[in-house]
Amino acid sequence: MPTLWLFLIVLGIAAVGYVLGRQRALGTVGGDNRRLHSLPSYYGSNVLIKVVVPAFLLMVAWLLIQPIVVGNTISGMIPDRSVDAKGSLGLVMAEVRRTADGLDNAVAQGLMDEDFVTGARADLADVTQRLRDAGQIVTSEVTQPILNAAQRYRVMNATGNLMMTIAVLVVAVLGALWGLRESHGDFRARNTVERSIRALLIGAASIAILTTVGIILSLVFNTIEFFRLYPAADFFFGTNWAPSFSGRGGSSDLGVLPLLWGTFYISIVALAVAVPIGLFAAIYLSEYASPKVRSVAKPLLEVLAGIPTIVYGLFALLTVGPLLLKVFGDDGLGIMQAGTAVMTAGLVMGIMLIPFVSSLSDDIINAVPQAMRDGSYGLGATQSETIRQVVLPAALPGIVGAILLAASRAIGETMIVVLGAGAAARLDLNPFEAMTTVTAKIVSQLTGDADFASPEALVAFALGMTLFVITLCLNVFALYIVRKYREQYE
Amino acid sequence: MYDTPNTERAVDQKDIKFSARGVQVYYGDTHAIKDVDVALEDKTVTAFIGPSGCGKSTFLRCLNRMNDTIDICRVEGDILLDGEDIYDRKVDPVQLRAKVGMVFQKPNPFPKSIYDNIAYGPRIHGMAKSKADLDEIVERALRRGAIWDEVKDRLQASGTGLSGGQQQRLCIARAVATEPEVLLMDEPCSALDPIATAQVEELIDELRTEYSVVIVTHSMQQAARVSQKTAFFHLGNLVEFGETGKIFTNPEDPRTESYITGRIG
Repeated sequence: MPTLWLFLIVLGIAAVGYVLGRQRALGTVGGDNRRLHSLPSYYGSNVLIKVVVPAFLLMVAWLLIQPIVVGNTISGMIPDRSVDAKGSLGLVMAEVRRTADGLDNAVAQGLMDEDFVTGARADLADVTQRLRDAGQIVTSEVTQPILNAAQRYRVMNATGNLMMTIAVLVVAVLGALWGLRESHGDFRARNTVERSIRALLIGAASIAILTTVGIILSLVFNTIEFFRLYPAADFFFGTNWAPSFSGRGGSSDLGVLPLLWGTFYISIVALAVAVPIGLFAAIYLSEYASPKVRSVAKPLLEVLAGIPTIVYGLFALLTVGPLLLKVFGDDGLGIMQAGTAVMTAGLVMGIMLIPFVSSLSDDIINAVPQAMRDGSYGLGATQSETIRQVVLPAALPGIVGAILLAASRAIGETMIVVLGAGAAARLDLNPFEAMTTVTAKIVSQLTGDADFASPEALVAFALGMTLFVITLCLNVFALYIVRKYREQYE
Repeated sequence: MYDTPNTERAVDQKDIKFSARGVQVYYGDTHAIKDVDVALEDKTVTAFIGPSGCGKSTFLRCLNRMNDTIDICRVEGDILLDGEDIYDRKVDPVQLRAKVGMVFQKPNPFPKSIYDNIAYGPRIHGMAKSKADLDEIVERALRRGAIWDEVKDRLQASGTGLSGGQQQRLCIARAVATEPEVLLMDEPCSALDPIATAQVEELIDELRTEYSVVIVTHSMQQAARVSQKTAFFHLGNLVEFGETGKIFTNPEDPRTESYITGRIG
């Protein structure tokens, strides 16, 4: 039975259990709601949870474990000779799976019957031909060991699926009975449901945290591997970035400084654009704009945040770059060589960051109590004096937090850099030179056909780790400031 | 039942500071103040009393045009300060508020140092020629606010770190620092304990020698203790206005009597 059907049947049992649990609980008190410990729907939910949770947990576990068990058994069946002929066990197993799927599909199309497929003495050439006729992909002649393995694979999977179906349905029905047995007036169904909801929320939180841990671990191990191949001092203090893909290690210079410099230079240009514009926009929206203007202007500004960064990249490449080149290039001031430059990427990234700064700052400025403004107006201060001397200082920690969040966005940005700033890693002060950032280089080190075990590819993880640590520090700092701000008015 | 009205309350004829004629205030469609006529005297403490929502705070906020900051608020009629219409086109509300200071119900010190809180107004209005000048203004204001002794050693500490009563006295000192002619107080003691309240009341009595003070209060005892004139508001109307002693002992209007004896409100 397909898993989807099993899934739907369990849900069906759960729905029936819900209705029955509700009715049973009501029945035990003669239909008088007030004599129940909890509302009737809680008794239904209790049964529903007891059906769904164990059954689905079992199903997920089974679906994860069955392929591993089957795979191990089958690979034990395959003689070493076949493995040598194919090159690796993985390729043989892929072949087995393909053949098994092919047999399945052929049976489904009616080109073979079940006896023919399971018959141990089938003619190999005939099987191959019939598979081809059925439109299945068969790379070469099916060999005897592979056919045997495929047949065994099919049988094991079929029994496995059948057992899973039975087990899941049994668990679901048992759960329903357990829940129904509990459905009497004195049972504290409400508390049980409450505990389940807590477990659900804890589960969601732990998945998020565990994923973060997993990402960090994968970065850490690859980074350690990289530092085994390449000296850490050269990586952190090297001023030259020149990976060579031909010479396997040794001849590459993998200094991170030019990339970090590029990252910070572009981020600083971006923040120099985004912070004043975003902040002034936020002040206008929260202090001066009438509610009508605000209700239109704020969503419009936030549209900027919804534009995919690749579109910003195109904007940089096709519009801003050529425009800057016209002014600062050879026809103008003569300090710009090409359209791709720190300035191009920085300006466009700054535009991208405006809604981050303005939207967060706007919320923070709005959170400053009206009493502060009244106090200032009551002393005869004008609106801009009030904003400059009372509102902004009160909101400053929050605004700094917003700016730091924007900064970590800027540091992590890739697409705009790839398209707007070029790919040359260099240490230069001229903002009209092409430079590149850590993220852009991670992309270029991992795309292409470099050997994955070479320092040229592994350096991407060290770069990622460096970047992660920097943005993490920025975020922690931002959080610390935002938290400190919160204490002030509570 | 109430403190004995001050016997020295005999007020000699004083100049009129504020005079209001036919004032109407609307919040959107709500008619909050209905045709109020009143004349407030200089160097006098005037108390506005009345049940919640009767319009006394609204009327107070009209006197320094704080209602301008509320979009849907509309004020009609004339309010004259020293004979000049404060709602006239030529009048700058910012200038007006420098002359008519305000203390709010909840203490609202700025999140700055105590010194900067007091120096805020004088700095804005350019009242100090030098740093020494400013220091003197700050000290004088803090002394007038009866809080100098408590904060003189920590002028650079944050104003928000003070206790509620100290914060409110800081706010009064802040309002006094700009040398206003009139001080409006909107329930200045509602968030304070009895000791802090007593200190603030004492302060109000001292301020009377130089300023006219208008105080909105829910406490009739407080009105009786600190004010010379009392105005009773009810449902947006000014029901009765007169000597505090007379209002509390021999009110003319039956509504006033009901309110001060606790039957309505």
